[in-house]
Amino acid sequence: MGSPFEYAPAPESRSIVDIKPSYGLFVNGEFVDGHGKSFKTISPATEEVLAEVAEADEADVDAAVKAARKAYDKVWSKMPGRERAKYLYRIARIIQERSRELAVLESLDNGKPIKESRDVDVPIVAAHFFYYAGWADKLAYAMPHSAGRGSDPQPLGVAAQVIPWNFPLLMLAWKIAPALACGNTVVLKPAETTPLTALLFAEICQQADLPPGVVNIVTGAGGTGQALVSHPGVDKVAFTGSTEVGKAIARAVAGTDKKVTLELGGKAANIVFDDAPLNQAVEGIVNGIFFNQGHVCCAGSRLLVQESVAEELLAKLKRRMSTLRVGDPLDKNTDIGAINSAEQLARIRELSDIGEAEGAGRWSPECELPQHGFWFPPTLFTGVSQAHRIAREEIFGPVLSVLTFRTPSEAVEKANNTPYGLSAGVWTEKGSRILSMANQLRAGVVWANTFNKFDPTSPFGGFKESGYGREGGRHGLEAYLR
Amino acid sequence: MNARIDVRKTYKLYIGGAFPRSESGHSYEVADSKGKFVANAALASRKDARDAVVAARKAFGGWSGRTAYNRAQILYRIAEVMEDRRPQFVQATQQSEGLSAAKADKVVDEAIDRLVWYAGWADKITQVVGNANPVAGPFFNLSTPEPTGVVAVLAPQESSLLGLVSVVAPAIVTGNTVVVVSSYDRPLPAVTFSEVLATSDVPGGVVNILTGSAATIGPWLASHMDVNAIDLTGIAGETALATDLEVAAADNLKRVRRAPAAEPDWTLDPGLEPMTAFLEIKTVWHPIGV
Repeated sequence: MGSPFEYAPAPESRSIVDIKPSYGLFVNGEFVDGHGKSFKTISPATEEVLAEVAEADEADVDAAVKAARKAYDKVWSKMPGRERAKYLYRIARIIQERSRELAVLESLDNGKPIKESRDVDVPIVAAHFFYYAGWADKLAYAMPHSAGRGSDPQPLGVAAQVIPWNFPLLMLAWKIAPALACGNTVVLKPAETTPLTALLFAEICQQADLPPGVVNIVTGAGGTGQALVSHPGVDKVAFTGSTEVGKAIARAVAGTDKKVTLELGGKAANIVFDDAPLNQAVEGIVNGIFFNQGHVCCAGSRLLVQESVAEELLAKLKRRMSTLRVGDPLDKNTDIGAINSAEQLARIRELSDIGEAEGAGRWSPECELPQHGFWFPPTLFTGVSQAHRIAREEIFGPVLSVLTFRTPSEAVEKANNTPYGLSAGVWTEKGSRILSMANQLRAGVVWANTFNKFDPTSPFGGFKESGYGREGGRHGLEAYLR
Repeated sequence: MNARIDVRKTYKLYIGGAFPRSESGHSYEVADSKGKFVANAALASRKDARDAVVAARKAFGGWSGRTAYNRAQILYRIAEVMEDRRPQFVQATQQSEGLSAAKADKVVDEAIDRLVWYAGWADKITQVVGNANPVAGPFFNLSTPEPTGVVAVLAPQESSLLGLVSVVAPAIVTGNTVVVVSSYDRPLPAVTFSEVLATSDVPGGVVNILTGSAATIGPWLASHMDVNAIDLTGIAGETALATDLEVAAADNLKRVRRAPAAEPDWTLDPGLEPMTAFLEIKTVWHPIGV
């Protein structure tokens, strides 16, 4: 099947971004040189070096935590909520003003399609700051939970926040906005492959005249993150990333008073019943697994389709997958961008090869991949059993495992047969079935007749080994208050 | 004339609605507050703990699937049956905690009243901690609390009845099932409580009570991959053990209710935290359209 549509290239101009040759750390309101080495951040679409970034060592992390503590003690925790709110509103506004710049930079550094960074990531980032800004002076109304603990909830102190590379700016917003609204100060470490939008955010904090030390950004890899979460001056740890690292963090904070929230991996079931509107379901499946190259912790990576419609659905799905355009992230027509790193590409390839070796049927549409950079075609596996590694392990790439079921109870059993519990999808026209499935699925987010929807007002987070705590909504405040 | 010889009770474990001895065949001596021998209690083993987890897991689907109203009635029923056996609880609390009759009476009052308080929460907690979310799009969006699953509870060492009720009731009222390790030195009120549970329409396996040592059984429960959460209240002040259990709990990311520095004052208003510690917020989305 060739591509039924031909498009002329429609690249978004990158002239709007001004990437410096090198970046320091953002500590106490200023960019400073780190004591450690530096590392290169590249465009995963071209492997072009975008900038050199400082790698924070323990002393740098310590300086950032001290700056955050000082800002907490002297300024931020004492500032009335309504004043804190205004800083957050300012930040939200500047994000809107500089939205195109942020979107282009995000797509360059991360590899995600510009239509996603422009239409999904950056608007939700602004909305997130806007939403939590409004909470800053209303915290006394936020927590019925605090009954017996006083109705005057207090911030925790300094928050250590470590975020992943799949939604660099969005995860920053999910972490920083509620923390600041509640009166905490933060030290945030962006992922080593995607530091640039966090550093641009630091400039936005400067433009907003945010008091020095309220937000500190330390760039680096795992060692920097480890130094940050285990720093004794930290009161709160918030992490989004792999379950493996999440467990290491849970061990590292054992025996301390640090409050922890973890948003980790997933292996979501996307369940399609025979009465579902199949064309809509196909769109939902595609959005569920190919959105953001499948680099989504809540991706619908296991398609559970009712046996009676499996053949019809798969035919439609394959036809739809053939129309997906893989390529230049800055091209406005691109549906699937670059895999974020060589390392991640290697993992996707390895697990896909294992899928084949274990006997599942592999299929990808014909698609031409660029010569340079990291690419993987949209892929599906049929004939997948629950024992297959591609049905159990998070691939974190554009790879869908297809399983079938006959009865609703079988669907529930298969969907819940995973140590994860982040999200799930249900497609059916029958309302009572939606609600029954939603009740039985052990997952923190259930999308019925939709998938991969996010909103600042809506709490997000997992059951079981997908982590604990919620981000977003009123529930997202709990992680930052006592 | 010969005095009548009383018939003494064998104090056993409570697992899956039955009262087995420890499969290990071990027991330990329990003394009253003055050090006088009272009875031999079953000394729960690793295998007993694992059996209890199996029973709790088996009971979880049914218990969490009951209506909140039904769970409320059952918790209230526990209070009713306790009230009915009040003299026995007063005696047991006096014996284990060395309280005066008046003080023991007050402890039993509090324990029964706490059950009544929690019973009422069954069909209210969702309204208080749940949320309708006004998302920026045409979607119905609702967040509701759901039980975490199987919760291991290390019950308080000092407060053998009120403390026990104060950690068990908040976990089960929301639909969790529990494996409880009782106070080591003061296990007998917990055994009597299990006899109340067995006659209060609480389905077997919802509450499992092991008498024995938190330091011995705790690590097995903390590292058990089919346990979803652990309450460390019972090892208050035992920093090293608490840290070890937290580390073990990380293997499957159990929700941990950390050990306090000292045993709490159980007469205070507990607040919602004992319940919310073992709840998961689930958010359901659906498009709105015609």
